[in-house]
Amino acid sequence: MSGNLPNRRLIQGNEAIVEGALAAGCRFFAGYPITPASEISEILSARMPEVGGTFIQMEDEIASMGAIIGASLAGTKSMTATSGPGFSLMQENLGFACIAEVPCVVVNVMRGGPSTGLPTSPAQGDVMQARWGTHGDHPIIVLAVSTVLDSFEITVRAFNLSEKYRVPVIILSDEVVAHTRETVSLPAWEDLEVTDRISPDTPPEWYVPYEGSSSGVPDMAAFGKGYRYHVTGLVHDVRGFPTQRPEEIEAFTSRLFRKISQGFHEIQKVETVFMEDAETAVIAYGSVARSAHRAVIMGRSQGLRVGLLKLVTLFPFPRRLVEPVLHQCKAVLVPEMNMGQISREVNRVNSSACRVIKHNRFDGQLITPEELMPRIEKMTS
Amino acid sequence: MMKEGERYELIFSGSGGQGLILAAIIFAEAAGVHDGFYVCQSQSYGPEARGGYSKAEVIMSKNPIDYPKAIRADLLLSMNQASCDHCFEVLKPEGLLVVDASLVHQIPTNRSVSIPFTEIARKSAGKEMVANMVALGAVGRISQSVSLKSLETALVARVPKRTVEMNLKALHAGIEAAEAVDLSALPKTIVPEDDEL
Repeated sequence: MSGNLPNRRLIQGNEAIVEGALAAGCRFFAGYPITPASEISEILSARMPEVGGTFIQMEDEIASMGAIIGASLAGTKSMTATSGPGFSLMQENLGFACIAEVPCVVVNVMRGGPSTGLPTSPAQGDVMQARWGTHGDHPIIVLAVSTVLDSFEITVRAFNLSEKYRVPVIILSDEVVAHTRETVSLPAWEDLEVTDRISPDTPPEWYVPYEGSSSGVPDMAAFGKGYRYHVTGLVHDVRGFPTQRPEEIEAFTSRLFRKISQGFHEIQKVETVFMEDAETAVIAYGSVARSAHRAVIMGRSQGLRVGLLKLVTLFPFPRRLVEPVLHQCKAVLVPEMNMGQISREVNRVNSSACRVIKHNRFDGQLITPEELMPRIEKMTS
Repeated sequence: MMKEGERYELIFSGSGGQGLILAAIIFAEAAGVHDGFYVCQSQSYGPEARGGYSKAEVIMSKNPIDYPKAIRADLLLSMNQASCDHCFEVLKPEGLLVVDASLVHQIPTNRSVSIPFTEIARKSAGKEMVANMVALGAVGRISQSVSLKSLETALVARVPKRTVEMNLKALHAGIEAAEAVDLSALPKTIVPEDDEL
């Protein structure tokens, strides 16, 4: 029983994201309400002033993304939250945050799409958009949540990774996780590990804003602290000014990717259930991982040696954690509430004889454990 | 009493505006926050502000809950005919149907409890609006899965201050109405006997 835990509350996934953001030190939120993400804005409009932060309801999602980039450059941890249609509008400025290396967190509570799609129904159709929605070669971090507790913990993690690597982090939730209420005991803020960006310790006149340390992550000076530098969406040299010199362009782009690939061990996370002796596995993320979890338990009770690999980090795709599962299993099932987006990634990294089986649902309904069972039975036999 | 690893699933169904989601939230808070169960509470409803279809679910367990939606309901509350027709098939064979006698006239099983929630709300609290709290009290009493004291505490915390008294009256009226029900007199399953087919 969970009865002995202190501070128990019954909250929605969206509210847990709010609490996670505040606990991680987010003090600026700009957004435009949209189902099924509206509660994040609604609750933050009350909570943000309580902690001395700023909440702004913007005129649209383009401006929301612009506002959080500005606030982050001024030294404040920032977040926005939206759903598919708004996420599309954010893509251009998201690219600016990528190239200017501005830490920020963007929550996308997925609903059916494209366009206005199915406002009140769950979906997982924005996985590839989260990775490649903004143009140009760029690294980005995408994390998926599947429970209310996840929504809290992964939001804290999103801020930590964003600050540490100076990269936008996308949190993909979905209508089911966002609107399901669960009892949780959230940890006290002082018990959490919180990462802040590294500020320069050099005098302002020596500051080279995009030099990058051995980790590839440059120290970040907050605007208004006496450090003058140039921020641009153009490819820039170490001083932040536009460049066309091939050796500078190459060094810049390489560093953007290197800083993330050097952190794979920390960024890429998965969870496993019954994987030790599994002959087959279900690979799932978001709310579908919960259906898969149930189905795996049902399978085990029938004596089937099936396990669950729950993806927490979707991008950079956790290849080094998925490959061993593909080598271990004769078949894996990849259920998704889309036509097959992560299953492509699984296929891409599959170099073994493992069969990758898709299971796709796109009718606005959560995949059920019952519909997964026949697929698991068939793949195990 | 619920065993380790088991789930207890309730569905509150009716039409938009009847307050079924609030009733489910209060139930979930009583079971989850005050009685210490793991709970998952979710809802689905149409785009209308009032009218249309509304359904709220509560899953309770002594263990962490994986799949967050109802698989086979142990108890179905239906506050109108349409939702009763729509949700009945999700009920377990040994599940129990609870309906508002004022609004549901075609009851698909004999394993059901029919209480005039809306009428009781009008008489006990003066407003039909609190029929949801009458039903909540009855469901709490009949299911015996949550303590009635916890229901009271959760209700007081969730409804507007000036309506606490009215809502509590309704809750107690529901509990009282359910006390008169003899569950042992009901058939054991919702599956019809062979000779009835």
